[in-house]
Amino acid sequence: MKVSLFITCLCDTFTPDVGKDTVQLLERFGCEVDFPENQTCCGQPAFNSGYKQESIQAMKQMITAFEASEYVVGPSGSCVQMIKEYPHALKDDLEWSERAQAVAQKTYELTQFLVEVLQVSNVKSTFQGTATYHPSCHMTRLLGVKDAPRILLENVEGLNLIELPLKEDCCGFGGTFAVKNAAVSGQMVEEKAQHIDETGAEYLIGGDMGCLMNMGGCLRRNKQDVKVLHIAQVLNSQ
Amino acid sequence: MGIRIGDKPYAERIQAGIENSFMRQAVSSAQGRFRSGRLKAAEDLGDWEDWRTLGEEIRHHTMENLDYYLHQLSEQVEKRGGTVFFAETAEEANAYVQEVAKKKQARKVVKSKSMVTEEIGLNEALQQSGCEVVESDLGEWILQLDEDPPSHIVTPALHKNKEQIRETFANKKGYTKTDQPEELAAFAREQLRKDFLEADLGVTGCNFAVAESGAVTLVTNEGNARMVTSLPDTHIAVMGMERVVPTWEELEVVVSLLTRAAVGQKLTSYITALTGARLEDETDGPEDFHLVIVDNGRSKILGTEFQSALHCIRCAACINACPVYRHVGGHSYGSIYPGPIGAVLTPLLDGYEDHKDLPYASTLCAACTEACPVKIPLHEHLIRHREIIVEREHMGAKSEEWMMKGFAKWASTPAAYKLSTKMARTAMKPWTKDGQIENGPGPLKGWTESRDFPAPAKKNFREWYKQREKRRGEA
Repeated sequence: MKVSLFITCLCDTFTPDVGKDTVQLLERFGCEVDFPENQTCCGQPAFNSGYKQESIQAMKQMITAFEASEYVVGPSGSCVQMIKEYPHALKDDLEWSERAQAVAQKTYELTQFLVEVLQVSNVKSTFQGTATYHPSCHMTRLLGVKDAPRILLENVEGLNLIELPLKEDCCGFGGTFAVKNAAVSGQMVEEKAQHIDETGAEYLIGGDMGCLMNMGGCLRRNKQDVKVLHIAQVLNSQ
Repeated sequence: MGIRIGDKPYAERIQAGIENSFMRQAVSSAQGRFRSGRLKAAEDLGDWEDWRTLGEEIRHHTMENLDYYLHQLSEQVEKRGGTVFFAETAEEANAYVQEVAKKKQARKVVKSKSMVTEEIGLNEALQQSGCEVVESDLGEWILQLDEDPPSHIVTPALHKNKEQIRETFANKKGYTKTDQPEELAAFAREQLRKDFLEADLGVTGCNFAVAESGAVTLVTNEGNARMVTSLPDTHIAVMGMERVVPTWEELEVVVSLLTRAAVGQKLTSYITALTGARLEDETDGPEDFHLVIVDNGRSKILGTEFQSALHCIRCAACINACPVYRHVGGHSYGSIYPGPIGAVLTPLLDGYEDHKDLPYASTLCAACTEACPVKIPLHEHLIRHREIIVEREHMGAKSEEWMMKGFAKWASTPAAYKLSTKMARTAMKPWTKDGQIENGPGPLKGWTESRDFPAPAKKNFREWYKQREKRRGEA
């Protein structure tokens, strides 16, 4: 099965290890992974701020980059959801909305792809430690990927998962929200950090780099001894 | 008062909200109760998603045929001896109520809780024409004594705790007992009883009007609305023009959704359906009944992409689910309609000029959309508002506009994108310490005030991938 990696601009720039783990994980399950070089950012920062015309330029770049792919898989619920939005955002342009539809249809979030397409529920990974999982908002509420991460994590050997209190509450990231409404965002992530603390977990696991950067930044500022990991890193741990 | 509350700018309101730890404590514990109540009530009902779909269909159908149902409603009300007045604006609605009060020589007006009368500023209008106005809903009464606006559409005094309420009662009404809720409520009951008996006019809102019968329904827990509608000689109900359902059958669905989504109750203590004034052979009810149907900007929303905002049944489930509301409280929104629905509705009713920050007061986490019992896509409406603010109203900050233009160029030019991700680490070096940025420049400043920001990686992903491909080619 041929899979094109949609790295996301955050993983590309800040956490390339997440990309490496994603590639290795997919290869472990027999996927032939390629990396379309002309991919950039999904456009969400502009789209969610109201700059639709600007975001459309990013969308067209991404559609062009992934058009030839069989499957597109990315380690982010939020960025994948953005691609799912493309046909609607481009609805006034028949040609581009059709092209967007074709790309959106074959695009998956990593855990969703593993569980739904590859039909894997146990990735045969081992990870020793106590962790709590933050289900990010766009992944669960918009993309509808609620069970896949849980199924995969529960089958990781050695991993002790502790439920995060009020786990479904937003961490306060919200893309440009964290910049435009920085004070409110700071209060939200502070509450999240307290909940993480209550679990006593050594690790915080999540499926979206934006949220993890936000929570990780707060944990570090608070000098909380919790390591932050993307789910791909845990699933690829041997 | 009207829809706008306070005159401080958005940033100041938000900061005041964040700093009000009493309020935040009260809000987060109330949110906790409401959220678990809603989830439990939805589970008890079973097939919650089917109910939501049905609710959405009913509201959609009603809005699509609003002219028909409003006509039917007014015919039915008039057939039963009531008088219907269609008010295009807040001023028209207030003037009509003032006129009725004048004709009746009313001196005292008792009210039950109604958001639309807050929206049009009816209390002030009646006071200007010499009436004493008494709010009889416990929460509203507390706020009236304190001259404080509502911070929530179902529980308006949510931001106050019992100690503060005791203090208000003591300062304003000479209350001497404890802050036990039972004692506080008993005191309010005793005080208000006199007002009910003295009032010449009773004013209520209307949760839903039933078009087929002309009935006005009121969904309450305190029973005060029954006093308001049965003791004074005249009853005036004020409703937003969208608050209508076709028949009793649809009423059952929307009321079930309302009580469960709002407070987690199967039914509230009182669900009252009032069909007109007292007839000759009847023993109770007012002599005279008026229904004021308020447009005040609603018809402008009809037929637009925001039409589903009119589906709202004012349950506040979105407000209770909202993590932003949780930290800033209702007053921070500067509108009597706070939270996600407030951020959608307020600019539609009152324009963007004074409310352009509201659609941005959301992380777009979609907890609101998920909680809404009639499936209003609230977070999508917020994004659409943002587009209008930027593209039609040109209210975006110039610096942001340039940044977004730069973003578009960057994201549509792979060579520029590649170069910038490669250079990012070097560019951020002056601010980087131990791989982290603790005091970032420009847009990062706000972020790093409360948390660290990671420095870009030494080698980005695409460089690693390229080298791997190269190694593989050589092997």
